[in-house]
Amino acid sequence: MKKLLYTFGLFVGLVSSTAFASSGGGLPYHADVDLTDKASLQRGAKLFMNYCSGCHQMQYQRYERTFNDLGIPVDVGLENLIFTKDTKVGSHIKNAMPEKASAKWFGATPPDLTLEARLRGPDWIYSYLKSFYVDPSRPFGVNNTVFKDVGMPHVLQELQGVPHKEEHFEEQLIDGELQRVSLGERIVVDGSGELSEGEYDRAALDITNFMVYVGEPMILERESLGWKALLYCFIFFVLAVLLKKEFWKDVK
Amino acid sequence: MFKTIVDWIDARIPMTRVYNMHMAQYPAPKNMNFWYVFGFLATIVLVNQILTGVWLTMSYVPSAEGAFASVEYIMRDVEYGWVIRYMHSTGASAFFVVVYLHMFRGMMYGSYQKPRELLWLFGMFIYLALMAEAFMGYLLPWGQMSYWGAQVIISLFGAIPFVGDDLALWIRGDYVVSGATLNRFFALHVIALPLVIVILVFLHIVALHEVGSNNPDGVDVKRKKGTVSDEDKTKFEFHEYYTSKKDILDDVVPFFPHMVLKDLMAFGVFIFLFCYVMFFNPDFYGKFIEHPNFETANPLKTPEHVFPVWYFTPFYAILKAVPHKLMGVIAMFGAIILLALLPWIDRGKVRSVRYRCGLHKLNLWVFAISFIALGYFGGTPATSVSDILAPTFTVLYFAFFAALWIYSKNENTKPLPDRITK
Repeated sequence: MKKLLYTFGLFVGLVSSTAFASSGGGLPYHADVDLTDKASLQRGAKLFMNYCSGCHQMQYQRYERTFNDLGIPVDVGLENLIFTKDTKVGSHIKNAMPEKASAKWFGATPPDLTLEARLRGPDWIYSYLKSFYVDPSRPFGVNNTVFKDVGMPHVLQELQGVPHKEEHFEEQLIDGELQRVSLGERIVVDGSGELSEGEYDRAALDITNFMVYVGEPMILERESLGWKALLYCFIFFVLAVLLKKEFWKDVK
Repeated sequence: MFKTIVDWIDARIPMTRVYNMHMAQYPAPKNMNFWYVFGFLATIVLVNQILTGVWLTMSYVPSAEGAFASVEYIMRDVEYGWVIRYMHSTGASAFFVVVYLHMFRGMMYGSYQKPRELLWLFGMFIYLALMAEAFMGYLLPWGQMSYWGAQVIISLFGAIPFVGDDLALWIRGDYVVSGATLNRFFALHVIALPLVIVILVFLHIVALHEVGSNNPDGVDVKRKKGTVSDEDKTKFEFHEYYTSKKDILDDVVPFFPHMVLKDLMAFGVFIFLFCYVMFFNPDFYGKFIEHPNFETANPLKTPEHVFPVWYFTPFYAILKAVPHKLMGVIAMFGAIILLALLPWIDRGKVRSVRYRCGLHKLNLWVFAISFIALGYFGGTPATSVSDILAPTFTVLYFAFFAALWIYSKNENTKPLPDRITK
């Protein structure tokens, strides 16, 4: 029995070690998402519907499901979070952006974001939202350190303020001499935004949180059901062991 | 009343006889250890795949336009659709986990040796059918990895001289992977291949029960008629199909309930791990469901890295390790064919690794490590380290068979025990 557990453990370990080796990728920020934080999810939904949904759809997710899961009363949601005409509350989260024309406007059709959090991970989204900077060489005047030469404008600029990429230096004593050493580039905001730096981080995290929810709206249900399933499996295992012992006790 | 019904049925089909022959009165060596549970677990996973597959089919739309959305429909709108889908996606990987362990068990204890060659071959055919089944199933969600994985693998057939391009075209039904490919893969995935697998599993079990189960010592538990004293004979009642041909030693238990209970214990551990993955880590760090597959298939946009799912990566690594494309394809298929030929490559008479020479033990370990290492390299982007190590492990993989063929002829084995050990 010990051996059995050991082998299973070894196998899981091996598979996951290759998994970890292939993940990673050096993102600047970690998103501490919390799907039980309904207020954060609601703020994220509000931000998403106001700033993102004009171009990005969530075409596999329905408004009603979202409102119900996030504790938003349906009439409030219908009134404040649905911006397309004649949309029923049971509809998918779509917009009026013409697909072909938008590909011309932006270089590519703005991607559907239903599964973005599962595609790239929450850390990526959070980092991406915090990594825009002014770059006059780009069509929309901004670029992104996480997504190089991104085709979209910095839609959250009115919240964040104007971000600039600046190289930071430090005086360090090297070989007895003071030298200017580059600490790499950092994004610095000019303070013209509606939100303070901390508030903007909060907003970016709220959007990330909301997108993680939409990526897999059953996560909380899945995990709570999971605990019950594991408990059941454990009881089954104990009963199977006892029954096996009973039947094998005469076998020498 | 119950007896009347059973008698009525038994007069018409051999229900009780078959049940006794293959369950209640089938002799299984009592020293079978935990390595012997994976056949049982594979059967459970097969049933899981068929049942969840049937329910997925009810809501899945097999078309290039509708496939991706229908999977998300199952995940979001179908009641407990996500449970069914995760059972199926986790089951696919679990199938290969248990099958690989099952195969390694066979290699460790020489379960492919005479008289179990055909049993081993049926197993290898199941493995092949399973790989085809998994490969075609992976196209169905119509995500980026589904699409490009299929594109890459099918294009391998293009490396075959003369007929290659036509063959690849014939498989795809189009010049690129398209809706036509998706529809035919759907047909093969949901009916043709499952049927083949079920028939092969049936034959695998028929072959097993004809020759009897091997055990960790690799010594026979059935002896020539009349050579075993009554004292040494088993006290359990076994079907006369077995007792009439051979004397059965007191080294066996009935498959049901004894062996089944042992299997159920293992099942308890297995299902616990299965549920953990399914409920808490369904994409398993992007290995069971690869992250790029959350983006719908786009024939105009190649993903940065294209990897097959983890259970194909050892062979994919062999393919990539060989510089020449056709030679790579030959090496890849050769790696599987050599496994199938094990009963003839291994010329030894002693089955179990317990009583074989030290070199065999080492050889087997090196093989297992090579297989896992190749699996790692086949699933990660190439680096300067992997460029050296992947070909090395490829050579070691093939060296296993070459070395086995050489040393097994006149092997310095340990003395076999007369009976199974505890």
